[in-house]
Amino acid sequence: MTVYAAPGQPGAIAQYKPRYDHWIGGEYVPPAGGEYFENPTPITGQTFTEVARGTADDIERALDAAHGAARAWGRTSPTERANILNKIADRMEAHLEEIAVAECWENGKPVRETLAADIPLAIDHFRYFAGAIRAQEGSISEIDENTIAYHFHEPLGVVGQIIPWNFPILMATWKLAPALAAGNTVVLKPAEQTPASILFLMDLIGDLLPPGVVNVVNGFGVEAGKPLASSPRIRKIAFTGETTTGRLIMQYASQNIIPVTLELGGKSPNIFFEDVAATRDDFYDKALEGFTMFALNQGEVCTCPSRALIQSSIYDEFLGDALERTKAVQQGNPLDTDTMIGAQASNDQLEKILSYIDIGKAEGAKVLTGGERADLGGELSGGYYVTPTVFEGKNSMRIFQEEIFGPVVAVTEFSDFDDAIKTANDTLYGLGAGVWSRSIETAYRAGREIEAGRVWTNNYHAYPAAAAFGGYKGSGVGRENHKMMLDHYQQTKNLLVSYSPQKLGFF
Amino acid sequence: MTEPTTAPARVAVTDDAAALLARLRRRHGELMFHQSGGCCDGSSPMCYPQGDFLTSDADVHLGDLAIGADGGADGGAFTVPVWMSRSQFEYWKHTHLTIDVVPGRGAGFSVEAPEGVRFLIRSRLLTDDEWGALREA
Repeated sequence: MTVYAAPGQPGAIAQYKPRYDHWIGGEYVPPAGGEYFENPTPITGQTFTEVARGTADDIERALDAAHGAARAWGRTSPTERANILNKIADRMEAHLEEIAVAECWENGKPVRETLAADIPLAIDHFRYFAGAIRAQEGSISEIDENTIAYHFHEPLGVVGQIIPWNFPILMATWKLAPALAAGNTVVLKPAEQTPASILFLMDLIGDLLPPGVVNVVNGFGVEAGKPLASSPRIRKIAFTGETTTGRLIMQYASQNIIPVTLELGGKSPNIFFEDVAATRDDFYDKALEGFTMFALNQGEVCTCPSRALIQSSIYDEFLGDALERTKAVQQGNPLDTDTMIGAQASNDQLEKILSYIDIGKAEGAKVLTGGERADLGGELSGGYYVTPTVFEGKNSMRIFQEEIFGPVVAVTEFSDFDDAIKTANDTLYGLGAGVWSRSIETAYRAGREIEAGRVWTNNYHAYPAAAAFGGYKGSGVGRENHKMMLDHYQQTKNLLVSYSPQKLGFF
Repeated sequence: MTEPTTAPARVAVTDDAAALLARLRRRHGELMFHQSGGCCDGSSPMCYPQGDFLTSDADVHLGDLAIGADGGADGGAFTVPVWMSRSQFEYWKHTHLTIDVVPGRGAGFSVEAPEGVRFLIRSRLLTDDEWGALREA
């Protein structure tokens, strides 16, 4: 067991600065409006740094820097860009522990996760896209003997990216790595709940990139996000967040005729077929862990398996074992490496989760475990902790239909395969799903029937690069985490070349 | 808080939220709400300058909040329409929504965020009488 010293304390491995300006053109630039906003840690509720409050003027300045750098960066060779991405990965790896502690402190998630998942995945992501861009080839179509169509990949130019707060560094990396690999320059707007950890990272890697290639402007959505998303000076906008904002961003994009990728909400079903409980072996144990994955990252994951569907014939016994597993989830100081579930990312989020717990109770759903705010005592009393909560109810209830974005799972049963698929697909969303079965036939058919972009089959919550991630239905447009992402950040240039000296004969 | 007497309303607003709307309207002009769906900042009523968010056949107009001149929720001075996507409405149609405001940071591009407060939905199920009357309307 290790308990890391909190940033700001003597001996802390990661230290935040007391104030952060915008990162524009390779240097820190004070906000045009001169204002800053406080950034509290959800671990104690105390403010630990203040961050520039960006406005349209700051966005314009960042766009100036990005446009200034775009031409030269877009003309670097894939090898040069790949080498830089690899250097970023190497630098992050050398500072992995510091970055992990910094992100834990800002977001409230357990350091166990940032050490083992968030930051290693981010590092791997830069390396994946370094490899992908080196290996990418254009194409040639031989139209006829004398006519050739050449297809080149070209960068879009300057792109805008709006990042969520649940994985501040990993979600930024998912967008940055392909955009940079493809030769674009970026203006990035982090979430106002987690504005500083990405700047902590820029302090470590900023010197590896030419000035203006990555620009970070913080601030509130309406003041900084909107001027970025609606700017006619970007060639693409990428957004991860909720549906109404996603629609609004898509509307802005339509007004500027630019492409948009959206990663929006989910209400992912996690389906346990009866053969899971055929014996009490390692696989059964794995399936119970799969159920408990709703508590990963405090449930603040778009793909949180927030609806558990259990076949009636095993419902009581499986759910009984799953509840025992849920009760064993260790909640505590996120800086303690033994802690499995930390703090919700903000007080707003805490209040929202508690209100959904009330809604669930009012609708007649039954709380089987959890269902309340946790007071961890001492300094942590000011933090935003919720005990892992299991509800039992019906799929038509609001807690089964709305994304709570907390450690709350709503459980119901199904009779047979068709009933499972019907319930699984009875949702506005289609981001993730889980299927658990010992039968390859059942698992395969279920995976194909579920309307979701990612169906984890006999596993859950893995996010390796090279596995495409994105939504069906109301969950968004586009894919991340895969080399196909390069297409989202590239233009296709077609040169249609005639090698014939002969005229066509039309005129 | 008041609700129209002619037909049961699906939406209402608290006095605090009405007063904030009156202040925001002075800065941003006419306003509207669109009730958000899921993900990180989801389930918040998003407040935008009227027309900034384009509504369509994909949305349901839940009603208009009538705000008084001094920012009271007693109506008379201006109205703020409340919208929700039609697909989401299918799951929410039995729900009465009251827009309130609490301290917080707001979400998305909603205009109240910089004020250090956020709009919030307080919901209850419609009564059988209300539901019956709405179905006839």
